[in-house]
Amino acid sequence: MMLIPCPWCGPRNETEFHYGGQADVPYPAEPQELSDVEWARFLFYRANPKGLFSERWNHQAGCRRWFTVRRDTTTNEIFQDDSHEAVTR
Amino acid sequence: MAELHGESPLAARAETLAGSSVPGAVQLSEVAFTAQITLRVDPKSPAAERIGTAVGTMLPNQPGQVARTEQLQILWMGPDEWLLVGPEGSAGRIQATLAEALGEDHGSVVDVSGNRTIVEVTGPRSRELLAKGCALDLHRRSFTSDQCAQTLLARAGVVVLCRDADEPSFWILVRASFARYLADWLADAAAEYRDRTRQAASVRTLANGSDR
Ligand SMILES: [Zn+2]
Repeated sequence: MMLIPCPWCGPRNETEFHYGGQADVPYPAEPQELSDVEWARFLFYRANPKGLFSERWNHQAGCRRWFTVRRDTTTNEIFQDDSHEAVTR
Repeated sequence: MAELHGESPLAARAETLAGSSVPGAVQLSEVAFTAQITLRVDPKSPAAERIGTAVGTMLPNQPGQVARTEQLQILWMGPDEWLLVGPEGSAGRIQATLAEALGEDHGSVVDVSGNRTIVEVTGPRSRELLAKGCALDLHRRSFTSDQCAQTLLARAGVVVLCRDADEPSFWILVRASFARYLADWLADAAAEYRDRTRQAASVRTLANGSDR
């Protein structure tokens, strides 16, 4: 069980959260300009690093807010040094 | 015309809750038909300030903080969201007050009274009972009077509100569709206190019997 630090509610059990995948995947500025391949890349292609990963979480059973955390995918260690502004954007 | 008739979500569990209450340990009951209004507004906006003035207390800005007025409890639900809980029949009045103070500004006021009912848990064993299904630290040093938390209790989504930390009193706000499940779970979790009381009573009877 991971303990995930919600920037609003503090540390809560993983079961209260919903996973949102990789953070900072920008929506294409001109989606209509994209080829099918580029659109598929935007929709489905995500990084899968071994190590530090920036990802989105939603505190579903709590305050229901989205936030970003950096997690080490090998140890599940979550880094809490991110500023409140950075994680709640 | 048919007579208007309302039945609270736990009307069918009133006996279960009463039967599971153990004097001196834990008491369970439903607080039915409270008025509940969800308010969303930018906490830094003039509208939030006007609303604070209109209801008689500033909107709490700390996670899990609860503000009280004579009639209302205002629960922090998110950085721009609050739940106002008032007595039965006051929903219209609260809504009107909030809507007037909000005016044309960006925000929302929604009557959600039908969404959740409330189970009141009181007595010295309250924390122990809730801790059986809740991962939060309910000790008074970290969860005290006029604090609330949205979390899971026995896997059901709830809002736990600490009404009084000294003489433990909690409100569990639970969605109507989960209420009977939660009431049954609470009754089951409280069974040991009733059994313990019974055992103590029978031990006393035995002891008295051997005296004779
Ligand atoms: Zn949260």
